[in-house]
Amino acid sequence: MTMKKSESSVKKRKKEVVETLQNFGHQMYDQLSNGEFPWTKMPSRSINNIFYDTNIRQYILGERYVKRSSGNIRHIRPLTQLVWTALFANELSTQSKSSTLRDVFYSAQAYEMSFTDQQESDNIITDLETVLRYPREDFNVFPEERSAIFGDLTIEYTLPGYEGRQLNLTSHPDGMMIGPALTNAEFADCKADKVIAIEKGGLFTRFVEERVHEKFKAILIHTAGQAPRATRSLLRRLNRELELPVYIFTDGDPWGMHIAMVIISGSANAAHLRDLNTPDAKWSGVWATDIVDYKLPSDKLTDLDVKRLHELKKDPRYKGKLWKKEIGIFMNIKKKAEQEAFSRYGLTYIVDEYLPTKLEMMAD
Amino acid sequence: MVEVFEEISPADFFYRNRDIAGFTNPSRAIYSTIRELVENSLDACEVHRILPDIYIRLSKISNNSKEPGTYKIRVEDNGSGLPSDIVPSAFGQVLFGSKYKLRQTRGTFGLGGKMAVLYGQITTHSETHITSSLGKSKISEYRLMMDIQNNKPIILSQKNRSNKMKWHGTIIEFLTEADYTRAKSKIIEYLKQTAIVAPYANLTFVDPRGRFYKFDRIIESMPKPPTETTPHPHGVDVETLRRLIRISHVKTMKEFMRKHFQRVGETTARKFLDYADIGPRKNPNKLNSDEIVRLVNAMKNFEGFLPPDSSCLSPIGIDLLKAGIQKELNPEFVEVHQRRASAYSGFPFIVETGIAYGGNIPKTGGILLYRFANKIPLLFDEASDVSWKVINNIMNWRHYKVSPDEPLAVFVHICSLKIPYKTVGKEFIADRSEVEHEILNALREVARKLHIYLSRKNYIERERKRLNIFQKYLPKIASFSTKLAKKEKEPDIEPLLRDLMKYDDEEK
Repeated sequence: MTMKKSESSVKKRKKEVVETLQNFGHQMYDQLSNGEFPWTKMPSRSINNIFYDTNIRQYILGERYVKRSSGNIRHIRPLTQLVWTALFANELSTQSKSSTLRDVFYSAQAYEMSFTDQQESDNIITDLETVLRYPREDFNVFPEERSAIFGDLTIEYTLPGYEGRQLNLTSHPDGMMIGPALTNAEFADCKADKVIAIEKGGLFTRFVEERVHEKFKAILIHTAGQAPRATRSLLRRLNRELELPVYIFTDGDPWGMHIAMVIISGSANAAHLRDLNTPDAKWSGVWATDIVDYKLPSDKLTDLDVKRLHELKKDPRYKGKLWKKEIGIFMNIKKKAEQEAFSRYGLTYIVDEYLPTKLEMMAD
Repeated sequence: MVEVFEEISPADFFYRNRDIAGFTNPSRAIYSTIRELVENSLDACEVHRILPDIYIRLSKISNNSKEPGTYKIRVEDNGSGLPSDIVPSAFGQVLFGSKYKLRQTRGTFGLGGKMAVLYGQITTHSETHITSSLGKSKISEYRLMMDIQNNKPIILSQKNRSNKMKWHGTIIEFLTEADYTRAKSKIIEYLKQTAIVAPYANLTFVDPRGRFYKFDRIIESMPKPPTETTPHPHGVDVETLRRLIRISHVKTMKEFMRKHFQRVGETTARKFLDYADIGPRKNPNKLNSDEIVRLVNAMKNFEGFLPPDSSCLSPIGIDLLKAGIQKELNPEFVEVHQRRASAYSGFPFIVETGIAYGGNIPKTGGILLYRFANKIPLLFDEASDVSWKVINNIMNWRHYKVSPDEPLAVFVHICSLKIPYKTVGKEFIADRSEVEHEILNALREVARKLHIYLSRKNYIERERKRLNIFQKYLPKIASFSTKLAKKEKEPDIEPLLRDLMKYDDEEK
């Protein structure tokens, strides 16, 4: 099928981001022209202003706001850094250049605006996200970690020099890196009817080798542990724009559960942002139930694992029936298992037996 | 067995005990020599309110670089000069207790330059040249030696020259053994500190290597000279009383009390003699030993005397002390304070303090202490001095927001008819509670002023830094936002910065 409706979505969003950045510049400029110390307001990101919204199934910020005013001796430096970062982001966006968090830290030095450390510059970028309400990936600032995608999806680059060029994501069996170019690409054509996100690289490679993308008409995404925000954002687009169901496979332990949960409901750290989560994605394994049902080789839960389970139990995101049940079983059996544990039944067992069973179960 | 008792002259006595007079070794001796002569000269000028010009030259006579060696010392002053007939005994004879009145003087031992001359003679066997004039028609020149055993001057020659220029002053020159290499730093420090308490003097020193040290007069006023006074009864001992009786011509005890003691009038004399149980009409010469002892004890214990008179004292004065500190140390801040007169054991004293911060004052990790007694610097045994104790053990500097690693100097001057030195070496002052109390209060006074100064300075510094931050960042916000908003012209931020400065002024 051809994806006419999503054609302009990337470009449109880019335009909005640039407008928002320039509006922010206008605001500062006008305040100065009026003989006012420039200031801005943003929602407070302090822990007691973070709430879980059950309607949109993600964390959001509450009603408390903080004011950054250049008339305040303690605020003027971070505010200046914020304005600079906005200018830098604007240049990146308008020139279609991408940058890493580390780059931002170093680029500031050219403006005698040096950040004390990267922690400080990362914080200012988060401030800018909060002020603009767009994730930094929208103004082309990416983290270092990258994950990969493989499947019958054809994308069309918007990156200058590649504009209009198309690529089918089955072109390379190691998968294509989900970097700035891919994040900013439009979806041109898609033959898949589902997305499978996999925590571990080994299993991702096995799935490619076993032609899961063909057998199950699936786009495979390797999250490489906790999924980077660009990957989470891509998952959401695949789900929303292409209406593909998303299934998540992780290790069978509290940490794996949480990797799935962040894709589904977002993280508290990103409470200032929207559109990063995929509420309809489904955690499909490895469940505690699977450890029992498939008699998987397992390890004992460590004290840390148990502690984490107790935390998750209190977490508002884990209110769902499935989550509660699985946490209960984990605590009961006091065991955990990795995705690779299925290899005890042969290397292809997971693809031949487990996966179809699970997908069938989840589709209901 | 019969012991042989030998009578020794005062000169002989000092020769044998030169250690206590500061002539322990050739290095200490040259320091003491210069110091005694300079102090003599300063006293000779100040009593007659003459602005002192003092020239000191030390030259090496021995032809090698070995130390100690033979040196020639020459000190010239423009003081009042000495009457010709006094010159031989003034420099060639050690005299004791000829005075029945008291006066604040610099001289540490009351020996003037005599000890220096004596030391020169015994180490080099050579004569002393004195030139002096009262500023009248004649200048007299003497060549002298000292007959140590008999404590008499030997006049080798004496000439008079006419004095057309009406010059007045004294020049003394003699040979002496010295170790200048070792003494140098103390001598220079002594002159520098003298310049602090005598900023009205020109001090010039030419050292044996031809180096020229000049401490210039920067102020034309001088402190009121000390005046002579009679003793206060509280400070009299048996021997002093005996001598007073011997020289007195009065015939009754009442008159004796009134004439020879300060602040004793008709009524006080009568009440006191009544207290001491001695008849007011009794002839002082008729007092027996028991009565003399009783009288001295009564003088110490009688509470009806008025406190000692301090008008005879000559403090440096706050303007002069301030000028002296400013001139020699060029500090960023200086404050001085003079306490009102106080007394210990019948001796009046006045404490003056100064505090100096920053400028040329080095950071030493501690507080630099400059001690003065009767306008002379005390350079030795600092840690035994009462001022040291007050500064390092009693004062709570934190209270004044002063930490010891800041460049800080403290000055303590005490002037008195009798400085309460702790030992015969006369280099440090005893921690008598009256003195300690005065020093402490005087220091607190100047420390408070320093505190105020530093707080204000810190405030201004903070405000300056604050303004700097605004001046650094506001233009950046202006420039960044102009580019971000794609405007041509940057907004004018000058009014905002001006507002900040106005606000600062108001707060100051």
